[in-house]
Amino acid sequence: MAKVIIYPTNSLILSDMVERFGHEPLAMMEKIREKITTVGVDSPPLNITPEGPKHGLKYAAVEVPAGVRGRMSIIGPLIDIAEAAIIVGDASISFGCMGCARTNELTKFLIREKDIPVLEIQYPHTEEEGKAFVYNIAEFLKALPTGSDDE
Amino acid sequence: MAEDIDDNITKIVVISSDSVLPMDAAMKVYESEDAITIKETCFGTMVNGPRDAVNRVVETLRSMDRNHIFVKERGFKPGAEVRCRAGRGGGPRPGFHFLREEVSMLPMIGRALDEYDAGEPLEEKEVPQKLDVSKLKKIIDSEL
Repeated sequence: MAKVIIYPTNSLILSDMVERFGHEPLAMMEKIREKITTVGVDSPPLNITPEGPKHGLKYAAVEVPAGVRGRMSIIGPLIDIAEAAIIVGDASISFGCMGCARTNELTKFLIREKDIPVLEIQYPHTEEEGKAFVYNIAEFLKALPTGSDDE
Repeated sequence: MAEDIDDNITKIVVISSDSVLPMDAAMKVYESEDAITIKETCFGTMVNGPRDAVNRVVETLRSMDRNHIFVKERGFKPGAEVRCRAGRGGGPRPGFHFLREEVSMLPMIGRALDEYDAGEPLEEKEVPQKLDVSKLKKIIDSEL
């Protein structure tokens, strides 16, 4: 089972596909759950505390807006442990916690910089594109090693 | 106590099936003997509880129509105050737009998964190439 980071990091389709083909999706949702269920002063409603941007300094310089660094403090550790990645472009739906364009660029950049297998693909708009989308992701996931956690 | 909280997860089950209704899925969850909480929503259900129990229930739900039921984890519990619309004065909850956009693609993804499982090969489609500069030049010249 390989740890596969997905972009958009909260995608239902990608998270499901990675799990469906026997791997572990590294998604934002799990990190958020950890953050809000850990007992402490940063419990809800404060999910992002002043500590976030400090942790984010590992991934972005100090002059980068605090919002980017705060987001990177959640996404960065996921990229660090990723063994493979699926990046889906053309996501016009980058709303909410996905809506920071600079963080999205930095996330994609850091994933591409890492020496791991990366599949880059576009969101499907037609039936034909949908077939190609599923086929490419399935073949990519099947080609990944499955026994890394047995070591 | 803290360990109990840590081990609790929430999963969103999105139903995009012609044969399974969100109600059927909810009934299946109610039949479960595990101590889990569910919330029925317009797109399916949210299941909350201990990790093992949730995974077991989700697997049962998935088996009802494997390629047309989609699952992802959710950070917040159902009804969490910071996300629940009831406490925020209405409006879509954060993350709704993304989910709605992806839900609209699910019928297409489901059909593609059916075809992939059936072993149908992907037809190589010719992607239109960019026009070569020399060709473009020729076209311009010919018009002159």
